[in-house]
Amino acid sequence: MKLDAQIPAGPIEKKWDSHKFNLKLVNPNNRRKFDILVVGSGLAGASAAASLGELGYNVKVFTLHDSPRRAHSIAAQGGINAAKNYPNDGDSVWRLFHDTVKGGDYRAREANVYRLAQLSGQIIDHCAAIGVPFAREYGGLLSNRSFGGAQLSRTFYARGQTGQQLLVGAYSAMMRQVAAGTVTVMPRREMVDIVMKGGRARGITVRNLVTGDLEAHSGHAVLLCTGGYANVFYLSTNAASCNVSAIWTAYKKGAGLANPCFTQIHPTCIPRSGEHQSKLTLMSESLRNDGRVWVPKAKGDHRPANEVPEEERDYFLERRYPAFGNLVPRDIASRAAKTVVDSGYGVGRTAQAVYLDFRDSIKRKTEEKIKDEYGNLFDMYYQITDENGYKTPMRIYPAPHYTMGGLWVDYNLMTTIPGLFALGEANFSDHGANRLGASALMQGLADGFFIAPSTVAGYLGATKFEAATTLDREFTDSAKQVQEKVNRIIAIKGHKTPSELHRQLGNVMWNDVGMARSEALLKKALKKIPEIREDFWKDVTVSGADKDFNPTLEKALKVADFLEFAELFVKDALERKESCGGHFREESCTPEGEAKRDDENFSHASVWEYQGEGKEAVLHKEPLAFEHIKMAERSYK
Amino acid sequence: MKGLKHFSVTVRVWRQAGPKEPGKMVSYKVKDVSPDMSFLEMLDVLNDNLLKKGDTPIAFESDCREGICGCCGLVVNGDVHGPDEHSTVCQLHMRRFSDGDVITVEPWRVKSFPVIKDLVVDRSSFDRLIAAGGFISVNTGAAPDANSVPVEKDKAEEAMDAAACIGCGACVASCPNGAAMLFVGAKVSQLALLPQGTPERANRALNMVAAMDKEGFGNCTNEYECEAVCPKDVKVANIARLNREFLLANLFSKK
Repeated sequence: MKLDAQIPAGPIEKKWDSHKFNLKLVNPNNRRKFDILVVGSGLAGASAAASLGELGYNVKVFTLHDSPRRAHSIAAQGGINAAKNYPNDGDSVWRLFHDTVKGGDYRAREANVYRLAQLSGQIIDHCAAIGVPFAREYGGLLSNRSFGGAQLSRTFYARGQTGQQLLVGAYSAMMRQVAAGTVTVMPRREMVDIVMKGGRARGITVRNLVTGDLEAHSGHAVLLCTGGYANVFYLSTNAASCNVSAIWTAYKKGAGLANPCFTQIHPTCIPRSGEHQSKLTLMSESLRNDGRVWVPKAKGDHRPANEVPEEERDYFLERRYPAFGNLVPRDIASRAAKTVVDSGYGVGRTAQAVYLDFRDSIKRKTEEKIKDEYGNLFDMYYQITDENGYKTPMRIYPAPHYTMGGLWVDYNLMTTIPGLFALGEANFSDHGANRLGASALMQGLADGFFIAPSTVAGYLGATKFEAATTLDREFTDSAKQVQEKVNRIIAIKGHKTPSELHRQLGNVMWNDVGMARSEALLKKALKKIPEIREDFWKDVTVSGADKDFNPTLEKALKVADFLEFAELFVKDALERKESCGGHFREESCTPEGEAKRDDENFSHASVWEYQGEGKEAVLHKEPLAFEHIKMAERSYK
Repeated sequence: MKGLKHFSVTVRVWRQAGPKEPGKMVSYKVKDVSPDMSFLEMLDVLNDNLLKKGDTPIAFESDCREGICGCCGLVVNGDVHGPDEHSTVCQLHMRRFSDGDVITVEPWRVKSFPVIKDLVVDRSSFDRLIAAGGFISVNTGAAPDANSVPVEKDKAEEAMDAAACIGCGACVASCPNGAAMLFVGAKVSQLALLPQGTPERANRALNMVAAMDKEGFGNCTNEYECEAVCPKDVKVANIARLNREFLLANLFSKK
């Protein structure tokens, strides 16, 4: 595997412009002759499909939902960053670039991050133009708020539903192209294989989730916009259908998989209440603008929160990180919460939580104002916990939320497989070892609206394609192999449900590969995961037929992939002996317990190459050079 | 926090093997229900038990389980999205029920949303409504600076109230006429309230209403059931605005 990031020459400010000039174009009359397959309809997928459709390409979009508007981008709450500097507080493209590289603990590619910062303003312009109802000031101009890891306000928002509003905006833009005839939406289809011909990605096999039939689709480029894999932990803030299968399929076809162990644990989620728990609900990071995080100063203090006097409260984030206070980046806030809970200061019935308290903000700003800004989050908190967050502090605890790792892509967002692109959370590119809040929406839309339309054209324009139709042997072979796998799962007829096995895997991942990792724990996990996988293939049960609407079979196929992927995840974590961002190795920390990077040995992206069933994956390294930003200890004190 | 004593319930569920198969209500006992469980987690437990006995689990849809994706939608004891006001059924918790309760669970029953299996229905008609005009025709890259078009704060807030719609279809499911007026009204309102949406407002109203008729949705007769069940509290005022937009478009449009 050769890793050539294709980073354009020249000064960083000019790289993207000169690259766009050097990319081949496709004549407007020829565009309709190119078929582009977009898998996933979240922010990245919907925006890519809309833009490519506007340009005149023939686009097919596949979603496993009943409607493309359901993709999990919809659940993003707090906001989207852009270097507009509307509040006049000193923001610039350079500063957003700097904050993102630093926030990612210096494990992202400079050129990509700079381009992201450069495009951020245009995203806001476009989204406002297509009708996204962003929050406004009384003068009619756009409003901003602050997010973690930044000392200024650059986050645009639509109440606590920014992801929903942006996704519905991108979805509407895409549906406009459906009406125009350039985009076809294929709902209730799950990609089960990527079809290669002549060394290029030339199509996909999808399972029709209503009939169970396998369908073949050929194309000139395949765009995976399939999101992240935080559900490898079973309990996460992701939706139930979020999975690793598309990424894993690409990996097995030869695409490099980068930094799988870089996962983000979000500090402010509603804690789990019991064994039955199916998901964890996020409380937006924006709440840390007004909420103060604390635990009682005394261990095992079971008094109701409001009875703990001010001087007996430990506002541990403000104490440890006076400069950023409650707005430290997510990885740091999460670890700090874990530390106090592990030392016996946890609150609530399970003692696995810390408080997020709005008492002081309500006093300062009034309850009305707080309701205005975060009302829907307080409602959600009430529905789940039966507690009123205005009257008593919320109980929160970290939960898996986002995955920075993903398919390795070059500057064009193309994987190591020609013709196979990865956009949004599915790729590894921009967030390094930790993503800053409000940057996921920015990246998904930058990739889809602005980057892919140029770089996919560059690929199409520069490539001589041999003919490929769904009648080719490559397509029929693919369907045959998938069908064999499905038959094998159905035939097991064991005793364990896919959910049970998934929960078992999640427990291992959370306990041994979660917020704090060590060689001993990781090695333990490496022993346990293959055992669960073996158990799956011996004892899983999937009732019903395969040629039917069969959610249990869908789940089983996803769990099978998680069980393979998890092992690579742990190997990657074991290989990276430093702490950086969300990846915390107990062996590598400062005397104060902060993460300690090892730039000499680990300033690279770890890219894994598949070698075949039962064989050890091979590790390649893409060295990361920091020419514009000085690497330093990431301090928020 | 309320008591954590576990209890048992009986659920009567609509089972239907396929779109053309006959359906019927089937009863199941679910034991060991925790009041902290969500309603859908209770169904998960039931499904895992069915699976272990070799039975086919009950097909129902849900994804985000935090009330925003719009996937879930069940009629619980005759209430669309269950007994809680302005909430999706995934946010309903078992603390709302007591030991020995018999809970009836049915799918959306609307002609325009045919049943696929058990509690799962086909809502693709909503996508076709949006494709008919629920957008602003601006190509990527052509937009002016976002602050060059000021939007009155109150109007932006009102547009946001309408835009909060999650496309779950509860409004249609609760309407005796199976009307999609609240869904379409919300989109037409959102875009008519914003200056960016003004140039296309007449065509949008005409095209979306025509699409609504074509899909077989009924008409509004001011029952207000839709507003009562809407998980996002989208107001019927949006239907009034849709009617106004439609009337003005008919009076003044050149088409």
